[in-house]
Amino acid sequence: MAQSALLNASILKKVAMALSGIFLITFLALHVSLNFISIISEEVFNQASHFMGYNPLIQYVMQPVLAIGVIFHFVMGFILTLQNSAARPIAYAKYNGAANASWTSRNMIISGLVILAFLGLHFYDFWIPEVAYKYVAGTAPDATRYYGELVHKFHDPIRTGLYCISFVLLGFHLWHGFSSSLQSMGMNNKYSRSLSRFGYGFAVVVPALFVIIALFHHFNN
Amino acid sequence: MKLTLKIWRQKNAEDKGAIVDYPIDGIEPDMSFLEMLDVLNEQLINKGEEPVAFDHDCREGICGMCSLFINGEAHGPDRGVTTCQLHMRMFKDGDTIFIEPFRAKAFPVIKDLVVDRSSFDRIQHAGGFISVNTSGNTIDANTIPINKHDADMAFDAATCIGCGACVATCKNSSAMLFVSAKVSQYALLPQGRIEATDRVLNMVHQMDAEGFGNCTNTGACEVECPKGISLENIARMNREYLSASLKG
Repeated sequence: MAQSALLNASILKKVAMALSGIFLITFLALHVSLNFISIISEEVFNQASHFMGYNPLIQYVMQPVLAIGVIFHFVMGFILTLQNSAARPIAYAKYNGAANASWTSRNMIISGLVILAFLGLHFYDFWIPEVAYKYVAGTAPDATRYYGELVHKFHDPIRTGLYCISFVLLGFHLWHGFSSSLQSMGMNNKYSRSLSRFGYGFAVVVPALFVIIALFHHFNN
Repeated sequence: MKLTLKIWRQKNAEDKGAIVDYPIDGIEPDMSFLEMLDVLNEQLINKGEEPVAFDHDCREGICGMCSLFINGEAHGPDRGVTTCQLHMRMFKDGDTIFIEPFRAKAFPVIKDLVVDRSSFDRIQHAGGFISVNTSGNTIDANTIPINKHDADMAFDAATCIGCGACVATCKNSSAMLFVSAKVSQYALLPQGRIEATDRVLNMVHQMDAEGFGNCTNTGACEVECPKGISLENIARMNREYLSASLKG
């Protein structure tokens, strides 16, 4: 079979989608762990953030890899969604999707679009100011600024609310995404069932921790 | 029972088609859904109107010929049955019932509720078989020892009747459950291993070429499948495909 046919194969696209999803799930675990430090110790949070912000391996290797992973996951998600829409050019007059599949599994594109919009806000809040601080203004490193910057962002109740709503949708996305990625990679056995249960726990605990962190800084400061 | 039927009418493949309302009375709860359509067609013929075209053959849930998307579900609201096994007791007096053809780009409508499912045949032709020399020296299959668990799973996969309910119910019109059942029934048996690499590559390639959508693992196909084909088959096909891709 030609290489081009293999690269366009629906199964390989789904496997690539699953692998990028698992990579982003790993990143989320790291992100929530670091953020959670902010409600335990201001000093340790500043130290950890400074390390992440100035470590060359993280800045010049991990950050670009993460960006590629995020962009790939979204672009592939849109491509698959467009292909899926084209596979049914005439819609049913009556379609009872809730009769046989969960809302989360049927609406990954909706939860994904909310997460994409959230990423735009998140970049506006943290990533763009960070790049401006370090690379545009060329300001000298200050290892004590991170906690204050984080807390400042959660003063606004609307922004805090938008963050919380996004985290709930992230939970929906993870609820289906984790077990779906295992199935796409060909895992459906007694071990994958345990892993899926871990995934459901992850989909609840990680977004809940993000919500707790946002609300903690909103009400505590 | 007195019902209002909202049925998709389409003169031919080129016609745009539309939903047409048909009030019907005197339907018995013990009638099958197809018998109810027979009653409607008798009434239409007596009035000089064109009867509703729909697929059916064995009317015993074996052949996979009957289709129909009824009230938003493939083969209607019952579970583990084909449309010919669906009975009117699943509905209430006064109900409005939507009856549509299976919808997918790869299942074009021929007339009314009849769709062309020959895309499934082409997928089967691409690899859903084993090559056996039948010149007289064929080894009896029963002489080859096969693990009971594998034999049972292969048999379960082989119960797929190719009705297309998986495609019809999937929000993406994916044929992964059908193709994975056909791949699995051979992949699990020693006779099928010889051509396993080419089989999965060719069948998936044909599935993609027919214009079916991608599987997003919603699990709707497994729920609506009249034969209860498991999602495990899709995971197995994914493994088979990844392994075959690496072999080239």
